[in-house]
This record gives sequence, structure tokens and C-alpha cells, in this order.
Amino acid sequence: MNILVCIKQVPNTQAIAIDPKTNTLIREGVESILNPFDGYALEAAARLQDEHPEVRIYTLSMGPPQAEAVLRESLAIAADTAYLISDPLFGGSDTLATSYILSQGIQRICELEGISFAMIFCGKQAIDGDTAQVGPQIAERLDLPQVTCGLTCELVESALKVIRETDQGREIVLTPLPCLVTFTKPSFEPRFATARRRIASRKAEITRLGCDDLPGIDRSRVGLTGSPTRVLKTYVPQIGKDGIILSDFPLEEATRQLASFLREKALPSGSNQAQPMGTKEGDER
Amino acid sequence: MAYNRVTPEIAAQLAAIAPGRVKTGEEISPDYCRDEMPIYGTGLPELSIDVLSTEEVSAVMRICHQNNIPVTTRGAGTGLVGGCVPIQGGIVLCTARMDKIISFDEEQFGVVTQPGVLLETLKAEALKRGLMYPPDPGQKLATIGGNVSTNAGGMRAIKYGTTKDYVRGMTVVLADGEVLRLGANVAKTSMGYNLTQLLTGSEGTLGIITELVLKLIKAPKLEISLMAAFADLETALQAVPKVFMSSFRPTALEFFERDILILSEEYVGKVVWPREVDGQPVQAYLLMIFDGDDLDEIDPILEKMTEFMLEAGAMDVFIADTATKINDIWTARSAFLDCIMDSYKLYDENDVVVPINRISEFVSFFTTEAGQYDFEVRYLGHAGDGNLHIFGVSNEMDEETFKEQIHHWMTSMYCMALQMGGELTGEHGIGHGKIPYFAEYVGEGVMQIHKAIKLAFDPKLILNPGKVC
Repeated sequence: MNILVCIKQVPNTQAIAIDPKTNTLIREGVESILNPFDGYALEAAARLQDEHPEVRIYTLSMGPPQAEAVLRESLAIAADTAYLISDPLFGGSDTLATSYILSQGIQRICELEGISFAMIFCGKQAIDGDTAQVGPQIAERLDLPQVTCGLTCELVESALKVIRETDQGREIVLTPLPCLVTFTKPSFEPRFATARRRIASRKAEITRLGCDDLPGIDRSRVGLTGSPTRVLKTYVPQIGKDGIILSDFPLEEATRQLASFLREKALPSGSNQAQPMGTKEGDER
Repeated sequence: MAYNRVTPEIAAQLAAIAPGRVKTGEEISPDYCRDEMPIYGTGLPELSIDVLSTEEVSAVMRICHQNNIPVTTRGAGTGLVGGCVPIQGGIVLCTARMDKIISFDEEQFGVVTQPGVLLETLKAEALKRGLMYPPDPGQKLATIGGNVSTNAGGMRAIKYGTTKDYVRGMTVVLADGEVLRLGANVAKTSMGYNLTQLLTGSEGTLGIITELVLKLIKAPKLEISLMAAFADLETALQAVPKVFMSSFRPTALEFFERDILILSEEYVGKVVWPREVDGQPVQAYLLMIFDGDDLDEIDPILEKMTEFMLEAGAMDVFIADTATKINDIWTARSAFLDCIMDSYKLYDENDVVVPINRISEFVSFFTTEAGQYDFEVRYLGHAGDGNLHIFGVSNEMDEETFKEQIHHWMTSMYCMALQMGGELTGEHGIGHGKIPYFAEYVGEGVMQIHKAIKLAFDPKLILNPGKVC
């Protein structure tokens, strides 16, 4: 039984600072890391392998040659085989183009290895783009049932039981195989690489697939040309602390002031219905 | 020794030196009455003063010397043996606000700094320049002045040494207010008695450090941590001396056991350490750091050390080579002291040093000894240099019984450490918490020299009285 885990190399967004003068991101010196959500997906695969030693784990990443680093990391943690899809033609791909390339790549890996994947695991989203689109798009393209926001999973006969996180709590979903699952942060931390695996991973062969290695790929659907998304502008959201604190007043007075403030500011006159306070840009995922 | 009290006139003179920074009576911060080891008690000063310059310190000392008033110097107060507690009252002189890094010398790898700079600030500022201040005591919120005054050690001692190895010079105010400049930012000196080193670790009893010249080194670009898991502590500790037989010196080599790890991870609220290998519980860990400039340099070392650990009986060896993972594993290790302090009402600690090939024997000795007492024992240590941190802790005992039992236990440990050829304290100092054991440990001859040195520097015994000797 084979599991494919899709992983991405991302900048460590926790280490990114904002230049107070120019208000732009300081990217220099920011380390690249394995997208944490992909780490949870890899851990889920590793846990299945713990239970079922016959499971083989493949990892796949798309990116520039240096993205090999996260593939080596995945080999050190749990993966058996790693593939990198890398071609200058793929640069600038949006989620639609990326999922197209990845799905072509996945089919190619199956041909090359003479296997099929019972499960494809992805992180819920990458912490740089934050779209959460690529996983579900791959599922659509490969016509697989999908479960999003998985926390843990286990094989139940020939199906996969996934506990997924929802806004209300948790949901248990039983899906037939093959399937695609995206994972979010569970209550446990992913395992450490063992030193032995880490040493082997540094010397491991990682197969690189370029555009020419994906026969049948439609070149008009990759890279910038194949990406309908246009980023018109990026900006750093202003973090304001212009709240009003009413704690200096007695409770009744404070309550009265708050009510009158809300009446004035939040509920435009003539409206009896609560209006949304406006959505914060950049919140969309 | 009879000291004088701080009269309103003296207080007024001091207030004129440091306007707005002199406090008396209830204005004095309770922090100035203690350090981080409450078991050794507190002391109430008559006056506290926050100084900003060498000149101020000198002026304060002239007044105190003239009037025979004791002065206890403190930095951040993170000591663990009562060193900065004003047990004789008098004045607490705090250098924490002398917190400027004066200059970096990037060509000669040095830094001139005021004593109140925090260790974490100094390290971070050095790193920004590609430099490293290697001593690495666990408490990063300590001041560098405090570190020098106690010759603080830390986890990186096996490769980089302790604080004393990085002190090249200092400005020090003597008991009578005279200002001395000792040492220089150069690598060698052979000029008479090495007073810079004598002042290092003197715990504020010989003079007050107001400026420091410290050595830095080029910062390694990479750091990787290895965790070796063992089925028992003895096997883990037996591997330690052999590490030094290899030509690869780890930057740090720590040991601890399962119980303490679980306690610490529960305290931090994050479980990251592997607790089982192939279904078998891990009972002990060795944690190592290796540093270097690139992976090609470090990888062969990791490979060899891994093979070595597995041959020495490790169940498995794990690696942390990303900033997140390294941070995760060291958070649990670093939180240990805070965890003890928050989890127990009563605790006392020693930090004896024993030869690294006898750690296991020593552990077995003090855990067996503790069996006759009511407190619990927690410990971990710098396996690479034999410096252990051994705690007696209790939530149930009354304080008097606890202190009495701890005293017997500590005494037995110090006797054993002495027999083994170890040291009473590796990095905390004597303060007044370890005074009951110090004289007996080093013997009459050494104590007499200590006292003679003390008198030479401070004939009126006004500097941090009741500490060290």
C-alpha cells in the first residue's frame, strides 16, 4: 500500500520581520522550512506505516532545486522515496496550475514506479500562500474522494477513517480508497528524524521531473501563462490599537457609553439589523 | 563586624549622587531582598540605589566606606545561593540599569559592556555581527555583571569553557571608592597576579564591577542537536567519557532521565521528545549539540557520533536540525528550573562537579542516601563536564524539618564529591547558602588565604558581608 505526501518548502513566516521604515517584509536571511501542515500530513502517513509496516511513503514537492532540502527532511523523518517537480516553466504557477502540474506528476510517478497510491496526503494549506486550494484541486483532477482538515486517520478494513476538525468540533468520516486527505494541526507534535535516517537521507537519490519528463502535459496550462490568478497588489496590514477602554467608569456608566457608541458607529441610522463590521482583507483562505 | 546604620543625612548624600534612584523603607523593591533560591532566606536593606555610572558607584562607595555601611551589589538577582541577598542590611547597590553595550571590536573580537546588560542581549547583539559570546548559563535574563561575579558556567562549557575564559578586563570600584582598570582587550597577559581573574567569581566581595571587556569568537553558522535515547541511565552515562575519546567535541552534552523530562514537558505544555523506541520506554537521554559552518563539515561528525552512541547501547538517536525542532527540544530542557520552582513549595539545590567517569556512581549514591529522608529528589546535569544539578523538593514537609534533612543530605554529597575529587559548586558560587560547607570542603589553609585576600581588598568588610568567606 502506497501513500503520497505532497510537501512544500516555505519561508519560516514566524521569522519574517517587517521593516518599520518601508513597511515591507524583510526576506533576507529568513530560513526555508517544511510547511508545518505538510509535516502533520507526513506524520499521519508515518503513523499508518507504524501500524502497517508494508506501507510505503512517497513524498512529492514542486519548487526550485533547493526545495530538495524539504524532501531530504521528509526522507529523514519517514518517507521512503522522494520526487521533485522542478522546471523554470512552472515558475509563477498559481494554485490551479500547481494542482494541474502535481496531478500530472502524480500520474507520472505511478507509471515510473508501476504503482498506485491508496492515499494522497497534503497539508491543509501552505503558510506562505494560505490558500488551502491545492489539495482539494488535486482531488478533483484525479477524481478522488477528499477529506479536508484531518487530524488523525486509521485504516478500517479497506477504508480510511479520518477524524477531521470542524468549526463545531470533530467529525468522523469514513472514506473509500483511494482518497485524498488534507491535514491540520493535531494535538501531538510530528516525530523527530532519527539520526540514521537523516544520514541516509543526505545521500539519497531524489528523482527530478521537469516539464519534458511529464509527457502529455499541456504547456499552456502551467506557469504564469497557465495561471488565471493575478496578484495586483500586496501590502502589509496595519496593526492598529485604537480601541477605547471604558474601564475607568462605573459599570453602569461604561455600559451606557458602550451601548451609545455601538448605536452610533456600528449600526448605521435607519438600520434595525446588525451589519457585519467589515471583513479584514487578507483573512480569506 | 559592627556596621553603622544609614542615617537620614547619609541617605540624603546618596540621593544627591543618584537623584530619584534612591529608595528607603517600604519604597524598596521586594526584589532587592532576595534572589531566586528562597530557602536561604531574605535580607532587608535600609536603602537601595540604582546606579548608572562608574563615577556614581565610586561616590557611593566613598560615603559607605567612610561611614562603615555594608554594600551588597546585585544585577538581575537570578543567583541561586543567596549571593546578592543583603543579609547584613545596609545598602543594596543595583547595577541592572547600567545596561549599555559600549562598543564592539569586530577586528579583535571583543566587546566593552556595562555590567547590567542581559546575557540574552549580549548574545543577540554579538550574533548580529557574526560573533558569539559562548558562555551559556541557562538563565538568559541574568546580567553579564552577575555572570562574571559568579563565574557562571552553563551548557557549552565542554567546548567553549566558562565565563572566566572570556573576561579580558574590567573596571572595578574598590571598597573605598578607588577605581581600578584591570586587563585589556588582548589575548595574553603575564603581569603579576591576575586580578581580573581574581575578581571573576568573587561575588561582589572584593569590588564592584562597573565595566567589562569580554572576548568574543566567530559565531558558527550551524548548530545541530542529537538526542540519544537509552533504556537506563547507567548505559547513557557510561557513553560519556568515550565521547571525549573521539576527536569531535560537542558544544554541549547533557543528561537527564525520563521522569524529569515528563515533568518539564508537562510544565511547558508541549510533548516533543520521543518517549518510546520500538514500543520500549526510554529511561534516559543524552542531548548533544554540534556546531560548525556547513553541513559537509558537521555531517561526518553526526554520522560518527550516531554510530558511536548506537554501539554504546543507545536505543536510537534522533536529530534536530531545524530551528523549530531545536527550539522545541531545548525548551523542555531549559524549563526545568522554572518547573521545579513552580511545582514545589520547598526546594534546595546543589551544583557539585564530579569526574565525568563517576557521575553514575554519584547519582546512585545520592539517590540511595535520599531514601532515608522525606523529600523527593530531582536532578539532571551537564554530563560533559560532570556538573550536576541536584534538587531536594517537597510540598508536604514543614520548612524546618526539610532544611535539617537537606543539610544532612547535602553534607553527605559534598563529602562524597570531595572523596571523588570533585568540586562543591560548578557555576552557582558560594553566596551564603554554601558557606556552611565551603570551609570544610577547601580546608583551613585555603580559607585563610581567602580571608587575607578579602582583607586586602576590603579591610572594613563592607562589600557583600557574610558571603564566600
